[in-house]
Amino acid sequence: MIKAILIFNNHGKPRLIRFYQYFAEDLQQQIIRETFHLVSKRDDNVCNFLEGGSLIGGSDYKLIYRHYATLYFVFCVDSSESELGILDLIQVFVETLDKCFENVCELDLIFHMDKVHYILQEVVMGGMVLETNMNEIVAQVEVQTRMEKSEVKLSRPSG
Amino acid sequence: MALKIVKGSIDRMFDKNLQDLVRGIRNHKEDEAKYISTCIDEIKQELKQDNIAVKANAVCKLTYLQMLGYDVSWAAFNIVEVMSSSKFTYKVKIGLYAHVWICQEIGYISQYDTGVALTGLSCFVTPDLARDLANDIMTLMSHTKPYIRKKAVLIMYKVFLKYPESLRPAFPRLKEKLEDPDPGVQSAAVNVICELARRNPKNYLSLAPLFFKLMTSSTNNWVLIKIIKLFGALTPLEPRLGKKLIEPLTNLIHSTSAMSLLYECVNTVIAGHDVNGSPFLPPFSLALFLFLRFQLCVQKLRILIEDSDQNLKYLGLLAMSKILKTHPKSVQSHKDLILQCLDDKDESIRLRALDLLYGMVSKKNLMEIVKKLMLHVDKAEGTTYRDELLTKIIDICSQSNYQYITNFEWYISILVELTRLEGTRHGHLIASQMLDVAIRVKAIRVFAVAQMATLLDNAHLMTGNVQRKGICEVLYAAAWICGEFSEHLENPMQTLEAMLRPKVATLPGHIQAVYVQNAAKLFATLLKNQEGNTDRTAAQETSQLMIDRLPLFVQSANLEVQERASCILQLVKYIQKLQQKDVEVAEEVIALFAGELNPVAPKAQKKVPVPEGLDLDAWINEPPSESESEDEQPKAIFAKEEPKHSRARHTEVDEKELAKRREARKQEQANNPFYIKASPSSQKVYQEAPGVEHIPVVQIDLSVPLKVPGLPMSDQYVKLEEERRQKERVEKKKKEKKKRKEKRGGRGKKHDSGPESEEDITPAHMVDIVTEEMPLADSEKLPVRSHRAAEALKSPAEDGDAESPASQEPKKKSSKEKREKKKDKDGDRKVSVKNGNPTRETALWMYIYGAEIDIQGNLQDGSQVVVSVIFENKCDNFLKTMEFNVLDSLNSKLQRPEGSGPHDGLSVPFQLPPGVSNEARFVFTMQSIVMPQKLKGTLTFIIKNEDSSTHEKLDFKLHFTCSSYLITTPCYSDAFAKLLESGDLKCSSVRLEGVNMPFHHLLARICFHHHFSVVERIDSCASMYSRSIQGHHVCLLVKTSGQTVSIDAKCDEPTLLGNVLDEIKQTFSQC
Repeated sequence: MIKAILIFNNHGKPRLIRFYQYFAEDLQQQIIRETFHLVSKRDDNVCNFLEGGSLIGGSDYKLIYRHYATLYFVFCVDSSESELGILDLIQVFVETLDKCFENVCELDLIFHMDKVHYILQEVVMGGMVLETNMNEIVAQVEVQTRMEKSEVKLSRPSG
Repeated sequence: MALKIVKGSIDRMFDKNLQDLVRGIRNHKEDEAKYISTCIDEIKQELKQDNIAVKANAVCKLTYLQMLGYDVSWAAFNIVEVMSSSKFTYKVKIGLYAHVWICQEIGYISQYDTGVALTGLSCFVTPDLARDLANDIMTLMSHTKPYIRKKAVLIMYKVFLKYPESLRPAFPRLKEKLEDPDPGVQSAAVNVICELARRNPKNYLSLAPLFFKLMTSSTNNWVLIKIIKLFGALTPLEPRLGKKLIEPLTNLIHSTSAMSLLYECVNTVIAGHDVNGSPFLPPFSLALFLFLRFQLCVQKLRILIEDSDQNLKYLGLLAMSKILKTHPKSVQSHKDLILQCLDDKDESIRLRALDLLYGMVSKKNLMEIVKKLMLHVDKAEGTTYRDELLTKIIDICSQSNYQYITNFEWYISILVELTRLEGTRHGHLIASQMLDVAIRVKAIRVFAVAQMATLLDNAHLMTGNVQRKGICEVLYAAAWICGEFSEHLENPMQTLEAMLRPKVATLPGHIQAVYVQNAAKLFATLLKNQEGNTDRTAAQETSQLMIDRLPLFVQSANLEVQERASCILQLVKYIQKLQQKDVEVAEEVIALFAGELNPVAPKAQKKVPVPEGLDLDAWINEPPSESESEDEQPKAIFAKEEPKHSRARHTEVDEKELAKRREARKQEQANNPFYIKASPSSQKVYQEAPGVEHIPVVQIDLSVPLKVPGLPMSDQYVKLEEERRQKERVEKKKKEKKKRKEKRGGRGKKHDSGPESEEDITPAHMVDIVTEEMPLADSEKLPVRSHRAAEALKSPAEDGDAESPASQEPKKKSSKEKREKKKDKDGDRKVSVKNGNPTRETALWMYIYGAEIDIQGNLQDGSQVVVSVIFENKCDNFLKTMEFNVLDSLNSKLQRPEGSGPHDGLSVPFQLPPGVSNEARFVFTMQSIVMPQKLKGTLTFIIKNEDSSTHEKLDFKLHFTCSSYLITTPCYSDAFAKLLESGDLKCSSVRLEGVNMPFHHLLARICFHHHFSVVERIDSCASMYSRSIQGHHVCLLVKTSGQTVSIDAKCDEPTLLGNVLDEIKQTFSQC
């Protein structure tokens, strides 16, 4: 299971945080800080796996991360997930974002917070991987976006 | 009564549920309205029932009817009633029902609603919800849309977790989903079963054949990985499975191109092998061999070897550590590879390699490996890794009781070498190893003592980093070993001196203590040696040395050191006395430390036979009974029992008595001038007091009887004062407004805000700063900051002066031209403001500013825009009696002084001599700011010559763009994120093609012309923010790639947003 998905930038500023297991809020903040601390001091040409931090579970947990330009995508998973599989999943997620936002950038994550969450929901649901096929994900997201737009259009004349 | 209940329940049996209702509506296509009206009647009946379940059912149906467009407001109360029922599940159920049924009804589109409902549910499943919804979700699992099926299957896992009873009934269906035609659903089902199997693999053995089939048929790598992982969990339970798996797994290993899959295959192979314990099967050994040799890469993927992917390396090492547990030999042959990994720049990999080393050592290669590690220790950068290496070396050497160490002298020298490490935190570990080895390996003691003596001699090398609790710990061991085994010392006198150096006092207390104690031991040995000699002076000198040096330790701040030192000092003094009497004391002194320490095995205690007749479980004394102990508890040590009891009795005294006493006490207090009355009111006031500083503590003493001391009074004062101020402020404001109104058009605008409204001024500063910072090169030359929102005077003859308010650039240029022309005094095409009279060279220039200058006043109001106009006289004559007038529209009005009519002009409060310019401001009131506005206006004035005066008129247009309603407002990125998170904003976007300017120019342009501020910028992407005078938030995300600029925008007012975007588009379309 995926326990948490953390996305933060090179300065450790969280951009998207999703916990699939309950943690108190201050603990969440600590986890983010610790994870950033662990991940940020690593070179780009080293491997993408880290034995988990002390806070988010013990030895069964692994941090699997990828670093893109200004963002770190960190997935915290337990041993039931395949390391390379998750790496691929991160890639799929990022590529999906790129497809949906055209040349995706860190600020997209803030600006289109809602949409990013939708996309993530199509990829991971409740800590389990829902879909790994990018085309499928993009298709679902697009249909939803279209729906949303038509809803806005419908509501506009009345509002 | 009973009959009624029975009747009710029978009735209910015939109640329609939501399903029936939908079915019914479908069946009554012709007379739908009629059918529904009967249904509504039924629902009304149901709502009158007492049973909440019936009501809930009715509300369910109502929700559906409302979705169809029927008015159900009459049932609002009942809906609220059901909603407020204690069972949250009803609500969710209602929601979900609505979704499900609409979904079936409308079909395609609403599957996302259900999807959202399910996703939402995944976040907050509770046991109750899980129980109530299990059935519904199970129905959804066979929904026609794979999208819903997929989500429903996944959510079942959460339901199982919270409500395990649902697993049994749901299982067949889940199993069914494994063969779902849709790969997404299939993968979801596999996911769920894998998670379940992780918890309890036994129950899922029966599914093995199915998975087997899936494994051979599926092409989805994710599914395959999951299945293989599942098999990894299943094989330990069913050995035959492992054998069966060989073939498909090897096939996969050979055929797949996905590293992730390959890795999982190999991993499972290893896991399966673990349990079977059988020797390597041929295909396995092949795979494994290659895998090990090339760090995970199998034949076909040999290309990747050169790639030397760090991730694969890491995983390869990880897998190897698994093999190591069962087949250390097969790993040991790859020692060179693993040692190579120690050189890797990646710490994760190095640590993994270290893990492997631990299991790889043998008696033969230990020294070699440790030698390599020692090299790495020297090379290693960063203390953490070095510490890790250090602990690993010690771990490796000391594992299973030093099993692999053949030469302890070597080990001791390694330990001594390790002490030379800078800044390690593991001094303690090394120390304990030294002690352990020296105590347990008798043969080594001579060597160890010699080494320790040199360590002590060179202690100054280590004392450098006392603070860091580091390596000086080693001295603890060194001192102890030298003391305890002092008979092996070659030069005990030197060691003793080393131990008693004054510098020792800087060491941590516990080490000093050991030093002192062992100095005594050493002293004893020395005495013994020296007393054998004929010359007694040597022994006496030694005593003298002790007596000289020990007082240093007696003064130590550490109690332990002090105690030992003073004890030993007295002893030595006594010995010295005896020595002076020529008494031989060595034997007796040595007796103090006689006896040898023997290592005790951890399990040694077990071997001691229990003496006969000793029953460890029997009570020595009868245990005190619990009731007794309770009674004993209150026993006071100091005989205070009596008063206590009496007091207890007092409390039992009847209530009346108590009340009486309380009353009496109150009376007493009331009459006591020195008692602060604790009336409820005063207490309340106390709590309400604004701050501690308002509590006049001193006044309590001075208080007059029966008067609540100053507190409430001061509070009142504060309140009064506040009220007064408030009043004043309001009045002032009124005055100011009046003043402003009077002064309107005058210059003093900026000064009229008094000190009270300081906060009003600040935003103005910010605005100014932001605007002035704009690095817009071409605008810098302009004397005016901007002129926009208002169309410059339009003269029909002026062809260059196009009427395009949003296009800033040409306007600027044209105005620049104007300026230049004016300077040249080139009369011909001078911009004349004479309307309808283009040939005449006159007269007046008018710049109209945007609204930002006085915007802070507008912020409070939200509807005021100030337009600054510069009038410049360009003719040779005197201009006077200028009157400014604008034709009001419904939405926007020029603010006129009180008493003047809606069509009256405003007189400009100055006259213009030739060549002079002046500025006037006009306030406009706007109702709505979401649309741009154009206002027509006229300026009338009189041109005065020496002899005559002519009346002139000038027509112009004021253009209020939407951008002019925006105020540059700085915004922090956190606040920005919060704002966007709220989800209240509507989104819109625009694309600009062929924009050829640097990104920062582009941003500056948006900031400058449209009053935005940059929140954050990352490379060629920036988020921007602005606020309208009415408080609308406008957020932009600007991105460029090549010549294309895409702007995503969000605002709570879509119309405003659309217009702002249009204006931005226009800004860039004209550059």
